[in-house]
Amino acid sequence: MKKTHRGAIAAVATAVAVGLTLAGCSNSSSLSGSGDGDSESITVGSANFPENVTLAYIYGEALAADGVKVSYKVNIGARAAYIPALEKGEINLIPEYAGSILSFLDKNANQKSSSEVATALDQALPKGLTAADFAPAADSDSLNVTADFAQQNDLKSIGDLAKLSSVTLTANPEFETRPDGLPGLKSVYGLNNITFSPINDGGGPATLKALLGGQTQVADIYSTTPSILENKLVTLDDPKNLFASQQVVPIGTTGKLTSKVTSLLNKVSAKLTTKDLLEFNSRTGGDEKADPKTVATDWLKDNGFTK
Amino acid sequence: MIFVQALSWIFDGSHWVGVAGRDGNPAILQRLGETLQISVISIVIAVLIAVPLGVLIGHTGRGRTAAILASNVARGLPTLGLLSILILLIAVNAVPVAIVLVILGIPPMLAGAYAGVESVNRDTIDAARAVGLTEWQIVFRVELPLAASLLVGGLRAMTLQVIATTTVASAFAFGGLGIYLINGLSQNDFVQLVAGAILVTALCLVVDGLLAIIQRLALPRGVSRGRAASASPKKRSRASRRAAIVGTPPLQEGMQS
Repeated sequence: MKKTHRGAIAAVATAVAVGLTLAGCSNSSSLSGSGDGDSESITVGSANFPENVTLAYIYGEALAADGVKVSYKVNIGARAAYIPALEKGEINLIPEYAGSILSFLDKNANQKSSSEVATALDQALPKGLTAADFAPAADSDSLNVTADFAQQNDLKSIGDLAKLSSVTLTANPEFETRPDGLPGLKSVYGLNNITFSPINDGGGPATLKALLGGQTQVADIYSTTPSILENKLVTLDDPKNLFASQQVVPIGTTGKLTSKVTSLLNKVSAKLTTKDLLEFNSRTGGDEKADPKTVATDWLKDNGFTK
Repeated sequence: MIFVQALSWIFDGSHWVGVAGRDGNPAILQRLGETLQISVISIVIAVLIAVPLGVLIGHTGRGRTAAILASNVARGLPTLGLLSILILLIAVNAVPVAIVLVILGIPPMLAGAYAGVESVNRDTIDAARAVGLTEWQIVFRVELPLAASLLVGGLRAMTLQVIATTTVASAFAFGGLGIYLINGLSQNDFVQLVAGAILVTALCLVVDGLLAIIQRLALPRGVSRGRAASASPKKRSRASRRAAIVGTPPLQEGMQS
């Protein structure tokens, strides 16, 4: 009898402890979600693909090493989900790609070069959001076909797809309505023969599988994805610059981007190269299956931001 | 209001016809067809596996614990995760989707089948045996007809789960009505999102309604309905207890998501 009592007490104690821990979690997340307050605490968000998550941890860990209080909300989703979160202050900082964020904010934007994009982006950003310096690192959408398919149909650039009577294209669902997605393929390259078949994995393994398995013929895969080289895919040229300059740029809530934070982010950006992005992706996506946070920590160490 | 906008999105006739994936055409008819096709295929396979197994368990009374255990394990598998793995292992087509839906569909069907057969009054079966029916005849002429209502109850629970879960496959180039949920979310188009949710819900309700009618018809004449009997258990007459009582229908366990 006594024994069961003790058991019951232990169970209750455990439940209470678990409850308190959970309450603690929810509490801290609601704190970090609040828009203003301590300018020295920053919530870093990210889109839902590994490269972006790695970049988010690079910003976050660099800031943390400098004494800023950092929390994370990674893998939020598509731009349509995280930009409102940024405006509401649920997150304060996110790694972005200059051209994509510009065309998301301004559907008529047609700037292509990096300096033009930078000026246009400053104007297009909603009030309360600021962009720091662009990194040399760039990652853009790229349309890929298998080597066999390219050879059979003599495909070199995106415009060559017009030769086919019909072609299935796979990309993230938002590609269907994005200005530099299907509407752009139609208006810029005059392609009216595309059947869209979305896979929601950001050009990841399922997209690759569909392309190699022949369920789709053209796949939108980020240009820094190792699978392009590994599978000898042919990336179709984009002579009309449908996909704009996609340099990595930190975007954050103005109040949080103090001069100290901004100068640190700019130092990080100055060191980031496209080769780094490729390496991040082969580490997180390859056999190593590295945790983005580990990859970020390693990069910061290699580049002298942390010890 | 978004609900009204979603309804007018649905009732826009041009959204029903055409080929999906061309110029942002929702092509609801094609998507509905895709959902129904994969649902029917998965349900048929799940029935073919779960019903004989359930009847065997119910008839022999053996393997019940193992079946419950296996069912619960299957129920605990995260559908999306399993689907992602199978897609990478097999191909981006309907096969992994069907496998996932069958795994999801078996537990409620199995439960319906063995609970149905188990619920048949033992006296009735003894009587059948006494008048010289073989075991097969007992299964087909006594147990299955009396278990029919619970069987269809299991079918109903399974069908709802399977149809609702087809939406997950839409993230992997499968199409189906779930595409509006995935697109709506990614494209920040909440009208499409809500419209998709309404369409899936409506489909589930219609199919469930049809199955409810079948369930009512499935009850053999002369058998008291479990519900009527259990409504006033104390007043239940000896005669009605003697009749083969069929338990209260829908076995709606495991309605996750």
